[in-house]
Amino acid sequence: MRPPLLAFNQNGIYCEAADVYLDPWKPVDKAIISHGHADHSRYGHKKYITHHSNVPLIKHRLGEIEVSGKGWNESFTINGVKFSFHPAGHIIGSAQIRVEHQGEVWVFTGDYKTEDDGIAVPYEPVKCHTFITECTFGLPAFKWIPQDKVFEDINNWWQENRDNGQTSILFGYSLGKAQRLLKYLDTSIGQIYTHGAIENMTEVVRELVVMPPTTRITRETKKEEIKGNIVIAPPSAHGSTWIRKMVPYVTGSASGWMTFRGARRRRAIDKGFVLSDHCDWQGLLQSIKATGCEKVICTHGYSDIFSRYLREQGYDARTEETQYEGELGQLEADKEKESE
Amino acid sequence: MKAFAQLIKKLDSTNKTTLKVAALTEYFNQAAPKDKVWTIAILSHRRPPRPVNTTLMREWASELSNIPLWLFEESYHIVGDLAETIALVIPPSDASSEKSLNQFLEEIIALKKMPDQVKKEYLFENWLHLNYYERFVFTKLITGSFRIGVSQKLMTRALAKATEIDEDILAYKLMGNWDPSKISYNKLILEENEEDYLSKPYPFYLAYAIENEPENLGDISEWSAEHKWDGIRAQVIIRNDELFTWSRGEELVTDKYPEFEKFVEVIPNGTVLDGEILPYPDNEIGTFNDLQTRIGRKNVSKKLLEKVPVILKAYDVLEWEGKDVRILPFSERRKILENLYHSIISHELPLRLSETMKFSNWNEAVQERENSREVKSEGLMLKRLDSPYLVGRKKGDWWKWKVDPLTIDAVLTYAMRGHGRRSNLFTDYTFGLWDDEKKELVTFAKAYSGLTDKEFRSLDAWIKRNTLERFGPVRSVTPHHVFEIGFEGIAESKRHKSGVATRFPRMLRWRKDKKIEEANTLEDLKALIP
Repeated sequence: MRPPLLAFNQNGIYCEAADVYLDPWKPVDKAIISHGHADHSRYGHKKYITHHSNVPLIKHRLGEIEVSGKGWNESFTINGVKFSFHPAGHIIGSAQIRVEHQGEVWVFTGDYKTEDDGIAVPYEPVKCHTFITECTFGLPAFKWIPQDKVFEDINNWWQENRDNGQTSILFGYSLGKAQRLLKYLDTSIGQIYTHGAIENMTEVVRELVVMPPTTRITRETKKEEIKGNIVIAPPSAHGSTWIRKMVPYVTGSASGWMTFRGARRRRAIDKGFVLSDHCDWQGLLQSIKATGCEKVICTHGYSDIFSRYLREQGYDARTEETQYEGELGQLEADKEKESE
Repeated sequence: MKAFAQLIKKLDSTNKTTLKVAALTEYFNQAAPKDKVWTIAILSHRRPPRPVNTTLMREWASELSNIPLWLFEESYHIVGDLAETIALVIPPSDASSEKSLNQFLEEIIALKKMPDQVKKEYLFENWLHLNYYERFVFTKLITGSFRIGVSQKLMTRALAKATEIDEDILAYKLMGNWDPSKISYNKLILEENEEDYLSKPYPFYLAYAIENEPENLGDISEWSAEHKWDGIRAQVIIRNDELFTWSRGEELVTDKYPEFEKFVEVIPNGTVLDGEILPYPDNEIGTFNDLQTRIGRKNVSKKLLEKVPVILKAYDVLEWEGKDVRILPFSERRKILENLYHSIISHELPLRLSETMKFSNWNEAVQERENSREVKSEGLMLKRLDSPYLVGRKKGDWWKWKVDPLTIDAVLTYAMRGHGRRSNLFTDYTFGLWDDEKKELVTFAKAYSGLTDKEFRSLDAWIKRNTLERFGPVRSVTPHHVFEIGFEGIAESKRHKSGVATRFPRMLRWRKDKKIEEANTLEDLKALIP
């Protein structure tokens, strides 16, 4: 029996036929990268291959690396194995990786979402035999509401805080969520200020997407000028001394985890907005169906629960351990420090 | 219901106490009287008896949301709150109900006697036609306690603002047994009603833990000291030839401690004593573990009464000759109490005095505190001699000064997800100690407090990566982390696998410097049993 097209080993997801890794977590010679978040694009690989629009993002994070960019649907062959990138809709430049060899097709999603956020190229289902999917929010408790409605809530919240003479501080991780938030803020209410980590990343994204004007908060920024405006900051800024400049302020967080009342209370955040760059329960199920796959491999998230459910639905589904963290990693860890 | 759900949403949208009080005050200013009574009842943990058992609710919720029951259960373990889980998994709705909170509660109370099919239809109807917050609140009213980050104290403060009635007076009015389905807002809050006060306890005065050196409390001659007893804080009321015993949790526990009935014959009417219920087997103070056997029992058997009799260790008097004496200085109240005690000592009641001690310097107090475990106390209580009896937890006049806990180094073996603000986070841990041969870890205690949020997060991430096996919500983990576990007391126990029961175990330190081989053994723990 020939080895599976993609296998999970100590370094990452390995394609033996091509001798390349997909989103490896240990340094390897050749890595095909789905998107720019730290748990998927790590330091130390000799060669990176990723979608064009992800190139400036990982360069910003990883410095000078050897990287080649490919277009959507543009296939390239390594040792007779055909690879191509397809939109994942997770953040700007995020891709699913399609792998084809001897008539067999596998798709690795990286992270993805089904809703069009107006920034990332929207997710497209790709037909395959085996689908390797994340399931960060693979529980029926997760149901997203359309982003228009969420941004209406966010803007109302900002206006209300401003009317009460308070500054709004909204937390979101610096690549992806932060830009999604500031793109839809209603600048007729006030001005948008940013934490340094957010501003650095946004400068890179500005090359690719039009963003409203923002002002970086520096040591020179006067306390009085921020008042009543909105500040976008990474979650790690919560509880730091940096935040004292914004007094009096109200905090908000935009994340899929805000579904849980406990998650918000635990972080001592005032207001939670349910807004995620991952699929919700129905999003995952519909995506899997749309691929027409027979086999599903669940990586990070509620993978045991989700794969059990899929098996009951008639899929050949299993779980593989990876070191991807999904939105939890983005939210809980101090990953943001890297980009400060 | 709309207004109440809005209130809950508002309370949920802020972490700031002042804003929570403002939201509650606004609600109390506008809500209908009957709705106010229910809101007060709910936020002081008085709810109607549960009309539907939770097993059925889980089954029905999984049916309505078209997911298998096991998946509902898994979701519940992760969300950490049944009502919240139900509100999340059922298909969303934007609808809202025009019915008042009172109407809903009347329906819920009536539901209890209905056949299951009617209950099911009622739940389905409401689950499908209420928006998220209304659905959450509706389900919460059915499932149980409303723990939403608003304490009874906070609610009382808001009510005081809305009614302009003194907060302490309101706290008193809200004590004891009152039935929200029968009482009117006027009667509960606005009217003065003497006869209702027959069984009413006074709000307990609670001490803070001493923060730094006791010398900072000033001249020791201004202070009275006594041992801090480890039992159940209680008020015993004797009025109109009747006796009522209240626990600190505002639970009427008269029937659980029939020993005290004799008080009525001897202690004059119009007396309220504050003290500690203590187990007293063999005519001496027992362990909290002994008392544990009495706490859960509603009907106490004769055998148990003989095995673990209790006494009231009295330390204060709040009412005397029918008058509220809380305003008198502590020294005066003690005189009344001691005179009473000595006048009835010949009756051999299950009543003892919590003896006060006078020290000439703080060093003597320090030495007496060292002696606490020998006299079966948890440490010392310091009370200012000229202090009145206050309401609730207030700083300044009363301090608890506990002995340092006993400690042992143990290994983390199992973890479970927490509830409420700890939902989806592994924060409830089981710890093991080595057996004689240092081969196996024997479970000895569970603990879920003592770490910082940051430590909990990092341990949570580690647990998720180092799970060995899953048993429903519980995971066994690779033995790797050592924690210093502190506890207040220790006793032999047949109910525990380890043969030892510890009192209030918690994590004192994460011993990252220790390997699991360096953790203590069960023998080390047993050596601590007095």
